[in-house]
Amino acid sequence: MSTLDNLMMGFGIALTPMNLLWALCGVTVGTAIGVLPGLGPGLTIALLLPITYKVDPTAAFILFAGIYYGAMYGGSTTSILINTPGESASIVTSLEGHKMAKRGRAGAALATAAVGSFIAGQIGTLGIAFLAEPVVNLALKFGPAEYFALMVLCFVTVSAVLGSYALRGLTALAIGLFFGLIGVDLQTGQARFHFGVMELLDGISVLIVAVGLFAIGETLHLAATKREEEKALELDGPVGMTKEDWKRSWKPWLRGTAFGFPIGAMPAGGAEIPTFLSYYTEKKLTKHPEEFGKGAIEGVAGPEAANNASAAGVLVPLLTLGLPTSATAAIMLSAFTSYGINPGPQLLQTQGPLVWTLIASLLIGNLMLLVLNLPLIRIWVKLLKIPAPQMYAGILVFATIGTYGISRSVVDLVLLYVVGFLGFLMRRFDFPTAPVIIGLILGPMAEQEFRRAMTISNGDMMIFIDKPIALSLLVIAALAALGPKLWSMLTARRG
Amino acid sequence: MNQGGTKILPNLLVAAGVLVLAGLSALQSREIPPPVLQVAVGPGVAPWFVTVFLAVCGLGLLLAALRGGWAHDQDGTITEWGPLGLVGLGLFVNVALIETLGFILASTLMFPLVARGFGGRAPLRDLAIGFVLALSAFVLFDRVLGYKIGSGIVESLI
Repeated sequence: MSTLDNLMMGFGIALTPMNLLWALCGVTVGTAIGVLPGLGPGLTIALLLPITYKVDPTAAFILFAGIYYGAMYGGSTTSILINTPGESASIVTSLEGHKMAKRGRAGAALATAAVGSFIAGQIGTLGIAFLAEPVVNLALKFGPAEYFALMVLCFVTVSAVLGSYALRGLTALAIGLFFGLIGVDLQTGQARFHFGVMELLDGISVLIVAVGLFAIGETLHLAATKREEEKALELDGPVGMTKEDWKRSWKPWLRGTAFGFPIGAMPAGGAEIPTFLSYYTEKKLTKHPEEFGKGAIEGVAGPEAANNASAAGVLVPLLTLGLPTSATAAIMLSAFTSYGINPGPQLLQTQGPLVWTLIASLLIGNLMLLVLNLPLIRIWVKLLKIPAPQMYAGILVFATIGTYGISRSVVDLVLLYVVGFLGFLMRRFDFPTAPVIIGLILGPMAEQEFRRAMTISNGDMMIFIDKPIALSLLVIAALAALGPKLWSMLTARRG
Repeated sequence: MNQGGTKILPNLLVAAGVLVLAGLSALQSREIPPPVLQVAVGPGVAPWFVTVFLAVCGLGLLLAALRGGWAHDQDGTITEWGPLGLVGLGLFVNVALIETLGFILASTLMFPLVARGFGGRAPLRDLAIGFVLALSAFVLFDRVLGYKIGSGIVESLI
């Protein structure tokens, strides 16, 4: 079947009333949590992971995908109206967006963000649809050695690309790998890292780690930080763009998409790099350089599109290779495994209808989001008025119900607090937390692939060098890990 | 970058913490017996790899700390002990009471403590908000979404 046929089949399933309702649910919840500072899609999907025991996979993934896309829209509202972006990818949006809002142009900033996100989201999602099969065909040639090498590359790029930050990123990854070892080894049945606690034999769930890091850790961090209350700007005046705004926005939208999608789709995911690239490109190309720093619409349009396109791009390795390149993608991956679905290149063959419905549903959800975020934007702005004391207390109530509500075990709650305290320290000392999640999910998978490869080669490590694809992936990983360090050493010696 | 000896100490403690984790990892790795069956890679390989990885990271951080530490939020020194303590107390109350009182009451009692930590000024009102929120969260998750939150004083009434 061709991609278009598959997509039509996906639409057929996604357009049933129940699935439309799940999509609407997802994008609504997603927008809400995106708007609320301190909440993100990763945390929300983690809290909702237990519904995988109750609803069928199609419904769950439509819901999760809606939350994922919705949070991107909601996040831009927050970064435009308050100067404290909820997530790192929206930092760039706030640079110009907040300035625009201060000049009374919040309506135009929100509109260009929403339309730009829509266009980037649609192009990016179509990109997933058309890239899926070629990538899968390539990936089907991969054996365990190539997979292991790809995972190593993924580990390095999510934790160590940012120069001086690299050591802390790698430490975070090591902690995640440590968590991943807890429990019974699947291949031999050997209990590992259980510290004598029976409950740990089942392993440590991604829900506890994600909620601990993102909800408990974040709340403790904010409590310990002296706050300067930043009031949300009022949204008065119409939400929409003038002819001039459209003229200045459409090219940045497309350029932002062109940055965001490919970078998101590489196993080097993350939205920070494309949003920054888009911002500096627009700053360079603009006919109104004097407005940059004071609220230039190009500086909102481009990065917002880049942000959403990269969010779509992240789904390419997730759906075709089973490779998560962001914390949220890792949490979605664990949802696949909790259904007993094996993520990887075989996903498209064994779960074709599910994947194509998911893609169709993303296109539908994105359209819903445009409606939710343009005519109905004022409803979301009201969420920004929830005062901090009640909001953070509320987050902790939901964190409790999400963990205790599954196992009814106080051990899990204590574990949640331990991870939360760790998250607090990590935030305090500027360690990234996403590598912990990636290490936890991808670590055990990488171990399995490593053992498979070594079984094939009868314990000969040369298998990773003899296979050209595996070798080149490992070389790229080594360069990515050591490159920045070597570069600074070389330049330092010269200077 | 941080200057001066006082700011190095928190960084040193972080590095020490990672090294302690590496030590724990080593202790747990040692407990894994060698595989009975002939396998290419036994269950003990990955644990030792992670142990070494953690130790290398810990040593790297130690070196970075001795060289003056790394830049981070407010030098890692906590200024707001009061609010942090209140939030911590709220969490403690929650975990201590959840088995006897049930989720709804334990979370209700946690709510005003955490809110107070974030500058909430009306504890009784927050207690009421906490109760309503915990109750609605219970109904949503337990009754609609099918989580099994278990019993408690209020839970058995509804």
